[in-house]
Amino acid sequence: MAQDAGLATPEMDAGDGVRRRDFINIAAVAAAGVGGLATLVPLISQMAPSADVLAESSTEVDISAIKPGQAIKAMYRKQPLFIRNLTPAEIAAANKVDVGSLRDPQTLDERTKEGKTNWLITLGVCTHLGCVPLGAGEGEVKGEFGGYFCPCHGSQYDTAARIRKGPAPKNLEVPEYVFNSDTIVKIG
Amino acid sequence: MIRIFSILAGLFFTAALLWSFGNGAYSAITDPAAVTAEEMFHKHPKQLALASDGAFGNFDHRQLQRGFQVYQEVCSACHALSQVSYRDLKQLGYNDDEVKAIAAKAQVPAYNAKTGEVKSHKGLATDHFPPVVYGGQGTPPDLSLVTKARHGGGAYVYSLLTGYQNQPAELLKHFPDAKVPDGLHYNPYFVNLNIAMPPPLTGDGQVTYGDGTKASVDQMAKDVSAFLVWTAEPSLAKQHQTGWPVLGFLLFATVLAYMAYRNIWADKKH
Amino acid sequence: MSFPWANDYKPSHPFMQWMDSRLPLPRFVYDAIGAGYPVPRNLNYWWNFGFLALICLGLQVVTGIVLAMHYAANAGIAFDSVEHIMRDVNWGWLMRYSHANGASAFFVVIYIHIFRGFYFGSYKPPREMVWLLGVVIFLLMMATAFMGYVLPWGQMSFWGAKVITGLFGAIPLVGEPIQQWLLGGFAPDNAALNRFYSLHYLLPFVIVGVVVLHIWALHIPGSSNPTGVEVKSESDTVPFYPFFIAKDGWAALAFLFVYCAVVFFAPNMLGHPDNYIPANPMSTPALIVPEWYFWPFYAILRSFTFDFFFIPAKLMGVLAMFSSILIWFFLPWLDRSPVRSGKYRPLFKKFFWYGLIPSVLVLGYCGGSHAAEPYLMMSQLAAFYYFAHFLIILPIVSSIERPDPLPFSITESVLGHDDKAALGGKAALGAAA
Repeated sequence: MAQDAGLATPEMDAGDGVRRRDFINIAAVAAAGVGGLATLVPLISQMAPSADVLAESSTEVDISAIKPGQAIKAMYRKQPLFIRNLTPAEIAAANKVDVGSLRDPQTLDERTKEGKTNWLITLGVCTHLGCVPLGAGEGEVKGEFGGYFCPCHGSQYDTAARIRKGPAPKNLEVPEYVFNSDTIVKIG
Repeated sequence: MIRIFSILAGLFFTAALLWSFGNGAYSAITDPAAVTAEEMFHKHPKQLALASDGAFGNFDHRQLQRGFQVYQEVCSACHALSQVSYRDLKQLGYNDDEVKAIAAKAQVPAYNAKTGEVKSHKGLATDHFPPVVYGGQGTPPDLSLVTKARHGGGAYVYSLLTGYQNQPAELLKHFPDAKVPDGLHYNPYFVNLNIAMPPPLTGDGQVTYGDGTKASVDQMAKDVSAFLVWTAEPSLAKQHQTGWPVLGFLLFATVLAYMAYRNIWADKKH
Repeated sequence: MSFPWANDYKPSHPFMQWMDSRLPLPRFVYDAIGAGYPVPRNLNYWWNFGFLALICLGLQVVTGIVLAMHYAANAGIAFDSVEHIMRDVNWGWLMRYSHANGASAFFVVIYIHIFRGFYFGSYKPPREMVWLLGVVIFLLMMATAFMGYVLPWGQMSFWGAKVITGLFGAIPLVGEPIQQWLLGGFAPDNAALNRFYSLHYLLPFVIVGVVVLHIWALHIPGSSNPTGVEVKSESDTVPFYPFFIAKDGWAALAFLFVYCAVVFFAPNMLGHPDNYIPANPMSTPALIVPEWYFWPFYAILRSFTFDFFFIPAKLMGVLAMFSSILIWFFLPWLDRSPVRSGKYRPLFKKFFWYGLIPSVLVLGYCGGSHAAEPYLMMSQLAAFYYFAHFLIILPIVSSIERPDPLPFSITESVLGHDDKAALGGKAALGAAA
């Protein structure tokens, strides 16, 4: 339809009239275009998380029952969350590691809250391809480094949940959290 | 040929209709339908003016909070609010901590399909209002959508709450058998005049409003009606806020398109 | 097809030429709704409603696909999932209200489109196929709308499904098995809800297919026009683009203005409050009525209150309700008047305006009311006229009527004169049309 560029009809007279008429036609088409684009806003944003999903984006967990050396799995944003009460030995093991030698260099202090170094809170999602690593449940394999072990492709995490061996590129992710009190932690 | 068939078919349908019409007319004359008590005494809802009315309507949050208080202290004993969740209350102007405190007062049952266990937990902001166990007479409806599920909407709720009265003597004169059954209550705004719900708002000061508003029966009925308008249509204000710009834009675009149309046809008679 | 003077598609850009010789889609569009489709210049605003119907169809498909992303077709949670859309999904209320009122808008537009066809004789030769396909589209729309109304699983959804499938129970002998087969049970439940959902998603695409055929069939003889006189020469037509794009475009925006006013400010105006009560198989609403666009047919269904000889009233009502639409299929052969447009048919015009229109409006009004007197008697009289109009009056009127003189051509009707000498040979053809 190349020869129809513009909506001018042959009968149109020359001069200002033509320009004014063209302007209105172009403005009308532009307005329709703007309206069309505006309707895309609700059509696209309806697929974003809905209010009920967003409301569950933070979780409160009671950690009073977790003894040193134990861990629990909680649900956070529909994914597993590991909350681990580290023993002094585990803390020492984590601190002994030369940070520079790590694939994803981070100290245990960077991965925990000040004064609460024993509380290691991470997502239970292997950073390789998203499997759930073992090690949080009672009697589960903890891997060579005493932390977590992902059975899918053999990623090994240490007591600070840092990647030590295997294909995973990153340490287990530490979500945002705050201690509401000594026993209640709010994640997200 | 087809027209002969058509006329025959036409005669068939019209004759059947005339037969029904004739029979109906005959019985309408010989045995006219009796007027019922509902037809004579049922009343349309009273006028109720709310901030949410009309195309510019928006919610009056203080009134909604008062209405919520009435719901909590009076209605919630029998009526559930299942479509509403506690987090929605933030729209009434409560902050996160207040919502959490309100939710925590409720026990929310959760059914575990694997174990068959029903466990209750302290309500969370993300929970919906829990179901209400009711053992009395009648079936108290869920109130979440009640103002959209009844003709008259908020005005209906308001009229019903303030419409209890003694059965008019005139009614018994016309319909001696229509005495209000035991356990029911006369209310001309209810569809069949006799409602199982006893008058819920019994006297002034039944609740104590935090904002100092005097809790008269009329005020409480208004407030809880306003609240139930919100529960049924929480997006109402947003609808109006979105609607005006949309209509304004469409008006502008329509005028432009009309001018373009006149332009293009300017030299064509049609 | 097309008229000899139709513009030919001549792409100037090398890419468009390359495209044209490989996949001539731009040429197809150009010939269908572009400058290559000559349209009678005298079309009035009644002719905009075909385009508006297309907009409604698009609107329903888009909003419907969006709703399907959030809706759950399970009798246990369907009602709650609709409320989830209304409360939690981003812009969910807009999607749902657009879809619910879009159905009403679609029917408003389609009824005007149909009655334009009735009045201006659009069903007459050579456009019978356009008409027949149109009736098919209308039937598919009714089925789709009915099943869509069941999905929210409110009281009206449930009881509507029960009553309408109950119609099939009126068929002698096989009625009850058919009803159970339709529902996949003895009453509407999960099985029925799921199949209605499946078909509600499928049928709109069938409608799109039949709409393509409808437009294809229309483009063979070209559009009809208010005079009913066929196109004779180039001066009778203007190219669809830009002329009718401009006219349809501004009409579409005006239509969207009214539609949005309802969606944003009175979204439940056309709905029934009872459908905000979850389906309850143990309690029937005081008044079961379908959506307003079915009221005329619902009134015909209820008009038959007494057995007619050996035919039970229920069967008679079902028969009449389906017949009231099926007779439209025969319309091109029932109305044999050589004159197409009602404008030039003095007798037909009277029956149309003083008979058909009031009878359909009365049927619509009664269909939305209680099944009690005086509504029953009113609808019986209106239905009497409705059937008489199509089956008796039209065939007779079309053979006894003396039509008014027709204009020589579309050009003459617009400009008051035409170059008759140049078209002398074709004049006889126009008069016969």
